[in-house]
Amino acid sequence: MKAWFKEGEHWVWFSAASVSISVVLVVGLLLMISIRGLVHFWPHEVYDYQLQSENGQTEQIVGELHDTKLKEIKNSESGMIEKIPQFLMKVGNRDIYGIDFRWINTADIIGRQDRLDNGVTVIERFEYGNVYGHLQTIIQEGQVVAEQKQVLPMMHQLVEASQTLYQRINHIEKVTLGGINYQLEQLRLEQKKLQAEDQYDTEAESALNQQRDELNAEFREQQAVLKGLYSQLNRMGEVSLSLAGGQVIQVPFKSIVRFWQPNNMSVFEKTGFFFNSIGHFLFGEPREANTEGGVFPAIVGTITMVILMAIFVTPMGVIAAVYMSEYAKEGLVLKIVRISINNLAGVPSIVFGIFGLGFFVYIIGGSIDDLFYEYALPSPTFGTPALLWASLTMALLTLPVVIVSTQEGLSRIPTALREGGLALGATQSETIMKIVLPMSMPAIMTGLILAVARAAGEVAPLMLVGVVKLAPELPIDFNAPFIHLDRKFMHLGFHIYDVGFQSPNVEASQPLVYATSLLLVLIIVGLNLGAITIRNRLREKYKALGN
Amino acid sequence: MEQQTQKALDQALKGPRFEKRIKRRNLVDRSWASSISVGGVGVIFSVLLIMFFLVYVVAPLFVSAKVEPTKVYALPGSPQAQTLFYGMDEYKETAMRITDEGDLVGFTIEDGSLLKQDGLPLNGARITSFAKVSEKDNILAFGLSDGRLLLTQYDYDVSYQNNVRTIHPKLSYPFGKQGVELAEEAICQLAARVDDSQLVIVYRLEGQDEIQIRQFDKVESMFSDETVLEEYAAGQIPVTDSVEWLKLGGYMRNLYLVSKSGEANYYDIRNASTPIHLQTVQLVPDGQNIRSLNFLLGEYSLMVGTDDSRVLQWFPVRDEQNEFSLQLIRSFEVEGESVSFVGIEHNRKGFVTLDDSNQFNLFHSTAERHLASVNFSDPLTYIEMAPRGNGALVETASGQLHVLEIENEHPDVSFSSLWGEVWYEGYEAPDYVWQSSSASTDFEPKFSMVPLTFGTIKAAFYAMLFAVPIAVMAAIYTAFFMEGKARQTVKPAIELIEALPTVILGFLAGLWLAPYMESHLAGFFSILLVLPVGILLFGYGWSRLPEPIRLLVPTGQRAILMLPVVVILGWMALSMSGPIEHLFFNGDMRHWLTFNAGIDFDQRNALVIGFAMGFALIPTIFSVSEDAIYNVPSYLVNGSLALGASGWQTLVGVVLPTASPGIFSAIMLGFGRGIGETMIVLMASGNTPLMDGNLFQGMRTLSANLAVEMPEAEIYSSHYRVLFLSGLILFIFTFVLNTLAEVVRERMRRKYGSL
Repeated sequence: MKAWFKEGEHWVWFSAASVSISVVLVVGLLLMISIRGLVHFWPHEVYDYQLQSENGQTEQIVGELHDTKLKEIKNSESGMIEKIPQFLMKVGNRDIYGIDFRWINTADIIGRQDRLDNGVTVIERFEYGNVYGHLQTIIQEGQVVAEQKQVLPMMHQLVEASQTLYQRINHIEKVTLGGINYQLEQLRLEQKKLQAEDQYDTEAESALNQQRDELNAEFREQQAVLKGLYSQLNRMGEVSLSLAGGQVIQVPFKSIVRFWQPNNMSVFEKTGFFFNSIGHFLFGEPREANTEGGVFPAIVGTITMVILMAIFVTPMGVIAAVYMSEYAKEGLVLKIVRISINNLAGVPSIVFGIFGLGFFVYIIGGSIDDLFYEYALPSPTFGTPALLWASLTMALLTLPVVIVSTQEGLSRIPTALREGGLALGATQSETIMKIVLPMSMPAIMTGLILAVARAAGEVAPLMLVGVVKLAPELPIDFNAPFIHLDRKFMHLGFHIYDVGFQSPNVEASQPLVYATSLLLVLIIVGLNLGAITIRNRLREKYKALGN
Repeated sequence: MEQQTQKALDQALKGPRFEKRIKRRNLVDRSWASSISVGGVGVIFSVLLIMFFLVYVVAPLFVSAKVEPTKVYALPGSPQAQTLFYGMDEYKETAMRITDEGDLVGFTIEDGSLLKQDGLPLNGARITSFAKVSEKDNILAFGLSDGRLLLTQYDYDVSYQNNVRTIHPKLSYPFGKQGVELAEEAICQLAARVDDSQLVIVYRLEGQDEIQIRQFDKVESMFSDETVLEEYAAGQIPVTDSVEWLKLGGYMRNLYLVSKSGEANYYDIRNASTPIHLQTVQLVPDGQNIRSLNFLLGEYSLMVGTDDSRVLQWFPVRDEQNEFSLQLIRSFEVEGESVSFVGIEHNRKGFVTLDDSNQFNLFHSTAERHLASVNFSDPLTYIEMAPRGNGALVETASGQLHVLEIENEHPDVSFSSLWGEVWYEGYEAPDYVWQSSSASTDFEPKFSMVPLTFGTIKAAFYAMLFAVPIAVMAAIYTAFFMEGKARQTVKPAIELIEALPTVILGFLAGLWLAPYMESHLAGFFSILLVLPVGILLFGYGWSRLPEPIRLLVPTGQRAILMLPVVVILGWMALSMSGPIEHLFFNGDMRHWLTFNAGIDFDQRNALVIGFAMGFALIPTIFSVSEDAIYNVPSYLVNGSLALGASGWQTLVGVVLPTASPGIFSAIMLGFGRGIGETMIVLMASGNTPLMDGNLFQGMRTLSANLAVEMPEAEIYSSHYRVLFLSGLILFIFTFVLNTLAEVVRERMRRKYGSL
């Protein structure tokens, strides 16, 4: 035993265990996020419990089982502490019960067994969350049009029809009316601009007014169409359901997103539902203060910001890397450049945030407003956190990633290739442009991918320079100039922070936060794995070339 | 054929077109070279830009005030009369002078031309005493010779005609032009305070040796806009003639009767009918006298101007018995002589002094800064600061009025207020406090960097405590013992943590780990014991196994063997949580900590941060130290092994000493990352800016503070600049750590090169 210690075997075991601990933590974390994120999309079974409340009455609880916790309760007779499981049930029907979630004590359950509620229907609504209940009738204009067996097929039909209507409404509201509003706003700004330049005469006024009248006329026309669609929606009627405890509620078809009967679904149907849910999550609009619905605007915001950032960071990074490995001579300047890059990589991201806010937003943005958008002041155009500033800040933050990766790629290209180029009479710039850079393209791509992954996951600086909880408009749309650099945008990472910590209904929003986290982790891990693969391939290729 | 080719070549490589092409190509090449060099050096520029920009924003904090006398003109109104009050508008355009003869003189500050001349409705009486009732609302009280008290309010109208701003000063009478009839005799000393619901008047009548205290309720009149006063309590305090000043504090409870020789009697007059004498105290050292006395903004601190060229700040402090007593907080040296006048700023805790050497001095109390001084040729009698602190009116004994332009943006920040203990108003002792904003206007901002820096280091320290052992040990194993193939999967797997968005780690730490840890506290602590002991036992047990089994798993694959062991041990420790808490902590460790051990417990605490942020730091430390160990030349290792040392002995004796600079720089880099990490601490630390090393309490770090407060800070305010200062501190911190790490690594690279 003494020898075992003397040889340091115990340390070897400890160090082996450290590796295992790290791996277990990583894998555990990823597993946890994946499971919790994916479970959100799977149709939960709906249970039906009879509860004995303290005053001797029985109560029926219908809902999804979300969590179980052991709670220590002192037994009043024996004085012993007993651990009794508590169920966290999602009972839905927020408009009736006031809360979505309820803790129930399993000791109060009559019969003490899990009973699936046969034939229960879950309806996802645009407002007030889910409804759990049994279908009864469909009512149109005060008349019962379907009962019992007829209800389900008719409901499928009606919900599908209402979805189609919704798509049309959405298109008109978002694209057509949004476009008209945008043009009207541009006209207003043009008028202000002309007024500021003292060129607003009667001619300009009549021209502007004419355009405005045309737009207004079109607006009214579209509104009339919209009104027709809405009344069509209203005429679809409503479905009545009986809830736990016998209460009956009417759910109008216009407020239904979708519905399903989890307890009567086959595995195949459930899988279909699972992918359908993922679709809703990826392409849906957020509802109820971001705690329900999808994350489409956040995805669009993140992607737009990241692409813009890539456009800014690539030339900067590649030029710096080319300078370091092709032009600079070993010496003080190169040393300082290296130290600068290292420091740029080490500066806390929040410092980039305040730099972006103070320098880009207030100083540069403020000057742009003073020079070009003075007519719009005091409401700022670029002198406020916006997409442009966010992507510039992130470009600065990810610059070292691109430089380091590109430089590595450049250094792996055999000198013989460069010398060959020069020997054939090419100038240095031609050698770099035609031979070196094309060959190091994969390295540049690697750097870019890593930069994109970093920018997609970073939140702290974005909070200061352009990300908001809820952006009314997407940063890209169908109105010229299509990419709106002066708009604020939503971001997946900030979405997690905001919904997880600032939302009033933490329990209800948690599954969504896990799902968003999973999405973000998948994006980032995917990007990183991609970068690693490209890099490894590159290394192999140059190893062969070098030999 | 060959000749033809030669000819074609000659043609192509000669002549003006060829020359032109070569010239163009060379030009392109040269411009490329220079533009790329500019771009490359641009990286240095961007780092410098960040640093200089931070310094540029921070620098104005430490600039002294600029005071410039701009204009001087004859005193508007009667030069003989004594000035009681100057009212100034926010734009520094007009002012109103009120004299002891009851004259109201409105004039423009630009050139002193009269706007309006009027008189107070004295009805034949004289003004015998004067007091400011509300500094904020400019309410004034005049005690008259016929025993009436006249309350007026200074205000001004702003009107825009043809986009030109005109301002008219005015005086209103919120309690009626008649005044409040207090007595028949003249009121010779007076103090009064008013708030939303009541009015308190403290006064002394001519020839009487007692002070009267009267409290009134303010009742809105049903018929007009005026307020009616209803008296509800009254009392007296006997005094001697020596009392020179009556001073009533802002909350209407502290009354100070101060004599010239410096004796102050401190009364609690919350209940007017039974005033309580709390303390008799000498405000100035023996042999000195008080020349002037004034409240600082907020009417809490007494600023005492002595004839020994000093200003002393006193305010009531609560002791352990919950009793208040006046205490000397700080003293300010005025380089002149006897301090004849103390004037105050209306928007912050600054003050100005006039003294017998005709000097004007500008100070800030909290920051203990002397900001500026100006010499005048005439004796000075009165000073009034502009409402925004950007100007002042100074009256001289020779009947002149000087207008001063003051540029004094950030008097409230100094080295001592950022890094020293400061005794803030209402605090029991000097302390380090961060509290940057509040709803009230007479708020004293508390900009101590100490709790934030402490929180930053605390968070980073606990995170390092978790991360360093695991990361370094894992690096040792991966680089030294592990087989190449396994290493190629393990290394990226651990480095993957670095790519994980910290917002996700923060979310998990705050919403999942923190509550879980709270309910399994004992389990988490038992991991510290169970895991090492379990690993040791398992390892020793493994070495006792028969050889064929032992050889199944070579040293390089032990990590795989340990995977299930670690999981099982962790699970065991956590499931022991309940029984341990029953055995040792009466069933609930959290409860036990709070009530039996007296340790405060927050759900989001340093322990959670230690785990979560430590997890995030593992890849940084792991990756760099793994590289350092892996790059140790193999002939060193082989030599040691050949001489009969065991694997571990080789590692400790040969590899680690060689790789230690690399491991050191890895730890530096990890520490730097821990200092700057924002989202995890923001979401899982509770963000309370307290100085407490307790493992079970939260903290607020510099970075989280920036994330929380930056969006709300008004641009170019002191708060904004102080936040940039904390950004600069972070920048310098990480700059030093990174450069240090880089220098050490550079040196190591050279050393390996020579080996």
